[in-house]
Amino acid sequence: MTQGAVQTPAADAPSATVRSRARMREQWKGYAQKYGALATLAVLFLYNAVETPHFLTKQSLLFILLRQAAPIAIVAIGMAIVIGTAGIDLSVGSVMAIAGQVGATIVLHDHPVVLAMAAALLVSAVCGFFNGTLVARYGVQPIIATLILFIAGRGIAQLITGGELQPLANPAFQWVGLARPGGVPAQVIIALVVAVVAWLVMRLTVFGRHVLAVGGNETASRLAGVPSARVKLYAYIASATLAGLVGLIAVSANSASDANNTGLGMELDAIAAVAVAGTPLTGGRVTVWGAVVGAVMLKLLQNTLIAHGITKEVAQMIEGVVIVAALYLQRHES
Amino acid sequence: MGDRPPLLLSMRGINKQFLGVPALVDASLDVARGEVHALIGQNGAGKSTLIKVLTGVYRRDSGTVELDGAEVEFHSPHAAQLAGVSTIYQEVNLVPFRSVAENVFLNREPKRYGAISWRRMNADAAALLERLDIRVDVTRPLYEYSIATQQMTALARALSTEAKLVIMDEPTSALAEHEVKTLFDVIRRLRSDGISVVFVSHRLDELYAVCDRVTIMRDGHTLEDRPMSAISRYELVSKMLGRELAEELSQRRSAVQTGVEDRVPVLEATDLHRGRALEGVSVAVRSGEIVGLAGLLGSGRSETARAVFGADPLDSGTIKVDSQPVTIKSPRDAVRHKIGFSPEDRKTDGIVPQLSVRENMTLALLPHLRRNGIVDRHRQAEIVDRFIGAIGIKCSSPEQPIRELSGGNQQKVLLARWLCTDPKLLILDEPTRGIDVGAKRDIQVLVRQLADEGLAVLLISSELEEIVANSDRVVTLRDGRAVAELVGDDINEGALMQAMATGAAADTGSPV
Repeated sequence: MTQGAVQTPAADAPSATVRSRARMREQWKGYAQKYGALATLAVLFLYNAVETPHFLTKQSLLFILLRQAAPIAIVAIGMAIVIGTAGIDLSVGSVMAIAGQVGATIVLHDHPVVLAMAAALLVSAVCGFFNGTLVARYGVQPIIATLILFIAGRGIAQLITGGELQPLANPAFQWVGLARPGGVPAQVIIALVVAVVAWLVMRLTVFGRHVLAVGGNETASRLAGVPSARVKLYAYIASATLAGLVGLIAVSANSASDANNTGLGMELDAIAAVAVAGTPLTGGRVTVWGAVVGAVMLKLLQNTLIAHGITKEVAQMIEGVVIVAALYLQRHES
Repeated sequence: MGDRPPLLLSMRGINKQFLGVPALVDASLDVARGEVHALIGQNGAGKSTLIKVLTGVYRRDSGTVELDGAEVEFHSPHAAQLAGVSTIYQEVNLVPFRSVAENVFLNREPKRYGAISWRRMNADAAALLERLDIRVDVTRPLYEYSIATQQMTALARALSTEAKLVIMDEPTSALAEHEVKTLFDVIRRLRSDGISVVFVSHRLDELYAVCDRVTIMRDGHTLEDRPMSAISRYELVSKMLGRELAEELSQRRSAVQTGVEDRVPVLEATDLHRGRALEGVSVAVRSGEIVGLAGLLGSGRSETARAVFGADPLDSGTIKVDSQPVTIKSPRDAVRHKIGFSPEDRKTDGIVPQLSVRENMTLALLPHLRRNGIVDRHRQAEIVDRFIGAIGIKCSSPEQPIRELSGGNQQKVLLARWLCTDPKLLILDEPTRGIDVGAKRDIQVLVRQLADEGLAVLLISSELEEIVANSDRVVTLRDGRAVAELVGDDINEGALMQAMATGAAADTGSPV
């Protein structure tokens, strides 16, 4: 190696100061992308700590903020994995409704609680298998493939009970939505466990690394022997199964299964949570904790606005602005 | 030049730079009226840039363009089209879901009382296509028809704009044999109507079949402008590649390793067929041997590599690994048989840009690094560090994103991606394209060293010099067929060019 590895023609080499300034801007943007959601969360937190009465109480933090954010966070984690493969899953809300209906119906027919939960999760996994097969095997665009269950799934959920609201009163089944072991809402604990497991899977397993490779460059991954179809299939199954789990939480927390409203709009909340955390929708990156932070941040933003008497309509507009700001930060990615 | 008809197009002294890098240097192109003019050159020779300067996609830095004796400067392809210069691209750029007639008259629909006159549009489109001897239902959507018909539709569109000059950029690459014939008939018809054609293709047979004259480009320069009948295939190829017989290089390994010839081939691919891309390619690689795969662009070099690796499906042909017939349906199958493949286009097919050097290097190895379902980070780090040191990869740390590395270092990471899987056969498609001289030498030395240690290597390169300097055996492809095989000291640039230019389909193994 007698030659230098990098030879830049002097003519188009920008001056050192210009380059370092560009580098700094690049770096700053990197931080903003990475920690923007966390910083916003911190600001909102401080603001509320000062301005909102009773904000810094266990009741307010655990039972309002985190309890409300937990379901979104769990779905957002699944969504983040799918988005990591350069896909998207619009069906999560409908899958929640299906899982809730399946679980509630079985338990209302006096079958064991474990069976009800297992069946609900299994049905959700099958939904994910359907999505994943369309995307990975038949090459259907993810947004279209998952739109099918987004629409049809709610119909299926309604068919299970004929659209009737089913009141629930089964503490064992409703543990996931109502219990508070050690004074902490069960769904908050579940969300934490899911996040830790997902984080470890993404970091440590071959599957996790394959997700990033497939999302980052599918052709190259395939040429390196990565089973890209299987990786995508598993991602959709994971997303749907997590949605199913949240479906169970939702019907339990409400003490009623409602095919019409369970998980309504959840897909958008989850995508927003992933997006505000700086995860590019073009794939190749997954930040599990980002999805969690994004979910909590958006929920806190909502609650803050409502607590300060801002109408829901205006609150939604402000949420939109926050998402636009997040997308602006990552517009030059990839 | 004798009886050459008057010039329709004359481009002279064209210069064009991109960010200070010259793409065209004093380039020229003359096309006479009613002439079919071949424009040839290797990748990056400047053909496309010259065409884009002509059609107003790019602005020239200097030089003159005369059309019909008047100086012109088009600011958009649309302006060029209005002046009678139409381009038919390799990938037809029409609207698949609209009808044939609509495509012909897109943006110039015949109107009646302000509304589209469908009756007139359909009749006119049918008439135009009939001029090309194509009879189809012009009211059907375009996508229902073959690529050939779609091309004819693009051509009909060009004719409807009263084109004087039609530029065809590799029009035959997507066509079947009989469709090529139809296209040539049409081109001849255009010629007799006084319309000029600029024909870009890499298939020599086609150039000689249909072109009157040829302009050869290399490194942004125009080298030759001659009647097709006044230049031999051999001369054409050597001008294009920029190699004269005289300037031969002799750094190639002089003797073939003893004993290699007797070894059982690691890879034996026989009679590979895939559409018109591969029409009978056979190649064998033994352990310890570097086999070069030579040929012009489009001769089937990369297609052979991709087919062997399972990246593209085969129509027919057999592949044996260690004398055992195998089915390779996907790159995964190939990897399982211990074959590695470093693709031609590093950026789109090789690296995963946002991932680190470590992740990129161990992408193929990852399943083997699994212990109790978890990636063994310790072993991973150990392997990555070893290869970074052994191959001399310059990076700030294994965690640096690969996109920040220079081309040569990216290429080394991709090589290491396969080397760490301990392959039997390594297929290298243009392993040194676009990388600096130092890294290039590093890679070539490394590959030779690996072969000496027993690795079988299939080396593809468009640089003759690289093939000659590094191969123990060379299989030459022409138009999707293996046409010649050279061994040891018989390998030289002259013989290779001869084979690329005129080699006839023959059994591999018999030297020319």
